[in-house]
Amino acid sequence: MFETLFSDPTVQFIAFSTVKILVVFGVVMTFVAYAVLVERKVSAFIQDRVGPNRTAPPFVMKIPVIGPFLVRCGIFQPMADGLKFILKEDFTPDYVRKVYFWLAPAIAVIPAFLTLAVIPFGSQLSAGPGAQKMVIADLNVGILYTFGIVSLGVYGIVLAGWSSNSKYPFLGGIRSSAQMISYELAMGMSVVAVFLVVGDLNLGKIVRFQAEHGWMILYQPVAFLLFLVSAFAETNRLPFDMPESESELVGGYHTEYSSMKFALFFLGEYANMIASSAMMVTLFLGGWSLPFLGEPAGSLWGGLLHLGIFVAKMLVMLVVFIWVRWMLPRFRYDQLMDLGWRRFIPLALANIVVTALVLALVDGWGKGT
Amino acid sequence: MPEFTDLLFFVFAGLTLLFGFLCVANPLSRNPVTSAMFLVLTIISMAGLFVLLHAFFLAAVQILVYAGAVMVVFLFVIMLLDLKEEARRKLNRVALTAGVLAVSGLAAILVRAVTAARPAALALKAGPLAEGDTAPLGRILFQSYLLPFEILSILLLVAMVGVILLSKKDLR
Repeated sequence: MFETLFSDPTVQFIAFSTVKILVVFGVVMTFVAYAVLVERKVSAFIQDRVGPNRTAPPFVMKIPVIGPFLVRCGIFQPMADGLKFILKEDFTPDYVRKVYFWLAPAIAVIPAFLTLAVIPFGSQLSAGPGAQKMVIADLNVGILYTFGIVSLGVYGIVLAGWSSNSKYPFLGGIRSSAQMISYELAMGMSVVAVFLVVGDLNLGKIVRFQAEHGWMILYQPVAFLLFLVSAFAETNRLPFDMPESESELVGGYHTEYSSMKFALFFLGEYANMIASSAMMVTLFLGGWSLPFLGEPAGSLWGGLLHLGIFVAKMLVMLVVFIWVRWMLPRFRYDQLMDLGWRRFIPLALANIVVTALVLALVDGWGKGT
Repeated sequence: MPEFTDLLFFVFAGLTLLFGFLCVANPLSRNPVTSAMFLVLTIISMAGLFVLLHAFFLAAVQILVYAGAVMVVFLFVIMLLDLKEEARRKLNRVALTAGVLAVSGLAAILVRAVTAARPAALALKAGPLAEGDTAPLGRILFQSYLLPFEILSILLLVAMVGVILLSKKDLR
């Protein structure tokens, strides 16, 4: 009976999708926790400090050599951080607008996870007709979906700033809405050139194109640079963390938040970083392929290898995010807007025109090459 | 599974109507920000309807442009206004009745039109459906409807320049 139930394609689809969603969610949550640790360790390295090296459950120090080593690496720090977030007092000031104050953290987190649905993490886990693609939703308008969801992410921050009903969060919220809309434009225009070259919006096909013809960063270095910088603005990371900018706005949009609600904003920021790293790897850095490993996997091990390659590339991009945060000072707000509107958008438009011209004039380029 | 998509149609259509109603006449909160957020939800449920019609591009653009960009700017402006006066205003009974009457009149005409056009609609269903992918859409826009498309673009450009002209006090 179980066999017949499982041979139904709909049931299979639902089962596989559920497994993929759960695995991606679990892995990303773990990544978020350890990205925070990496952030603290990298910042410590850059500032010539040691970083978290004390947290340890009682039994670990009893293990010879390995125990103290793990503790010094700070492996257990994320658990302590998480516990702290949950156990702290969840304080709601009485002057806030309650409904939106509660909704905002959730709205900030959800889009970050939704964008991960269209990212092809690997080729496939086995060969043949029953092979499962390593992507949760293989959409034909993949990238447009991503941009649509990302554009909804701004509501979390804007509503947080407004519902807090006090000066600094409000300024943070207003800043973020202007900043995110501006850089969304530059980001969207930068990827148009990529689609001109590939001729498809499906992210899986973009990766296949790169596996066959070389990474997109070689064809579109300008687009990659624009996308990278815009990604910093979209995730509100330094040098563009205007909505937060703790030296002028106390804590920006999350000033009034505490405990788990603050943790959700935190989680959203890191999940966004992971999503945009994954996006950059997919669009510009060849996705799951390496120059000598371009064929879709024919076996389970090949599929896992591709997954590993993707995750490794993504981790490199994450470290870039973190590294930049501790190396560059914050921009001024007018400089940020100037860069977005007067430099990036014209540059992105010029890039589109040049790409289109090259595609039209040079034979054997782009679609169908 | 046709039954499932039919069910989804009713879910999204119902949500669209519900959120639309709450946007214009919310009995619980008269706050303009709440109205704006319900408008966002209306737009998202409408994107769901587009997906059911296989118009994926339209659905994505609907969310990207309206929910993600236009409404954020709306919210931006609403938040900067003083809303206390607006939030205290009661629901206008007369306006509400007039609105309900107008909408039900429109709905009646629509239902009448759809029932009258039933055979033709069925014939349309048998014909080739316009696929919602981007490539065919682009081909239609840039081959069959190139002139209207270009005229619309110029209209939008004129509107943008006009807005900047009107909002800038000192141009020189």
